[in-house]
Amino acid sequence: MKKSLFSTKTMVATALGAALFMVLFMFVKVPSPVPETNLQIAYGISAFFAAVYGPVAGFLIAFIGHALSDFLSYGSPWWSWVVASGISALVCGLAYFKINTEGKVSTKDLLVFNVFAILGCAIAWVVVAPVLDIVIYGEPVNLVFVQGGIAFVMDAIVSCVIGSILLLTYSSTRSSKGSLTKE
Amino acid sequence: MKIKLFSYNQLDTFVHKLSGLTKLVCFLLLTTTVMLTYDIRIILAILIFSYFLMNKAQIKFKQVKTMFIYVGIFLITNFILTFLFSPTYGCEIYGTKHVLFPIFGRYEVTLEQLFYQCTKFLKYLSVIPLGMIFFLTTNPSEFASSLNHIKVNYKVCTSLSLTLRYFPDVQRDYHTISLAQQARGLEMSSKAKLINRIKNVVTILTPLIFTTMDRIELITNAMELRGFGKGKKRSWYSFKPLQTKDWISMFICLLIFLFMLYIRIFVNKSMFYNPFI
Repeated sequence: MKKSLFSTKTMVATALGAALFMVLFMFVKVPSPVPETNLQIAYGISAFFAAVYGPVAGFLIAFIGHALSDFLSYGSPWWSWVVASGISALVCGLAYFKINTEGKVSTKDLLVFNVFAILGCAIAWVVVAPVLDIVIYGEPVNLVFVQGGIAFVMDAIVSCVIGSILLLTYSSTRSSKGSLTKE
Repeated sequence: MKIKLFSYNQLDTFVHKLSGLTKLVCFLLLTTTVMLTYDIRIILAILIFSYFLMNKAQIKFKQVKTMFIYVGIFLITNFILTFLFSPTYGCEIYGTKHVLFPIFGRYEVTLEQLFYQCTKFLKYLSVIPLGMIFFLTTNPSEFASSLNHIKVNYKVCTSLSLTLRYFPDVQRDYHTISLAQQARGLEMSSKAKLINRIKNVVTILTPLIFTTMDRIELITNAMELRGFGKGKKRSWYSFKPLQTKDWISMFICLLIFLFMLYIRIFVNKSMFYNPFI
């Protein structure tokens, strides 16, 4: 099957993925050892969907999901972090072209997924989010970089752990290509 | 656990009658105005304007109370954190230093810092009603159609309106699965250890994801059977053409935006309004 960027299936997956992201973002927060921060399980979902449905779907899932959940809980999205969420999933979605999610996921596939997930989180939370915070909102410099650093560690952990578990479970439900042999 | 959702409801007010596109443009213009300025006078004006609009749209305080509590907690945390991390940021911006009283070390309460933080507090407070008005008065399908009319890809628009429509379903699934797992003895509260809680979350996540995947398959097939995504364009049932009142509203918001830019570039000559010089 040709890997297309935005088919009807990707569109529906984006829509439901974003709804899932919203639900998890709003209701499932595991408090972390660092006070006032949470492990956002939702980032595992966006990473997983990005790997299975591609970078465009990943970006939109995280972007729409984060923006809407901000709308519902704060009234107005915090744009810099919404964009950063989208970018983390976008970069992670680049793994879509390198790995094979239909059929058995190999150790190499998992490794590639994790590298892209960590790279995505690093770009999003250490570079994009703090810079946008300063440019758009005029927040103090050292505050945003500390927040970004904490967010990076947390989200990298969540994306890698939850993402890998989901990827393994998902691939084991798919029958791999050529699994049937002619007798 | 019952969660009340803020959802769109149809009322007969001026704000409801505006097209979704108008509301989006006005929302973006006004929030950008607030984002791009630290002038307390402009922020106060927008604050009053947005509460006036909220009143016009007949949004009851009861509907938005939880949201205000969330935002309140967030703003207070941000207020304290800003002071802890950069207690002299205000002095750096305004270039003067009026000490009110020292606390200890480099932590001093200065007039500049207080002014900066109060401005910031009001800044965030003034955009909340705008978001709420937008969310509570816009029909998702109509909104998607108006987004498509400003050249956003129609698949992105459809997926946005699908998200809004399926959010309650996914939420219900999540609660059902969560309750079912808890009935089987899964500890979700803070009593369990961190590692165990993550494991427990995964046991909820797996069925949730797979029901969602099934649903994706189902909806995709249904849409493809109806020929969705074959053409370059699609038509919209709920599209409303723009009327005079839409143009007037957008024009007013544009004026506010340009006024802010004028103040920023020619009067204050920076993002900040400095009363200390």
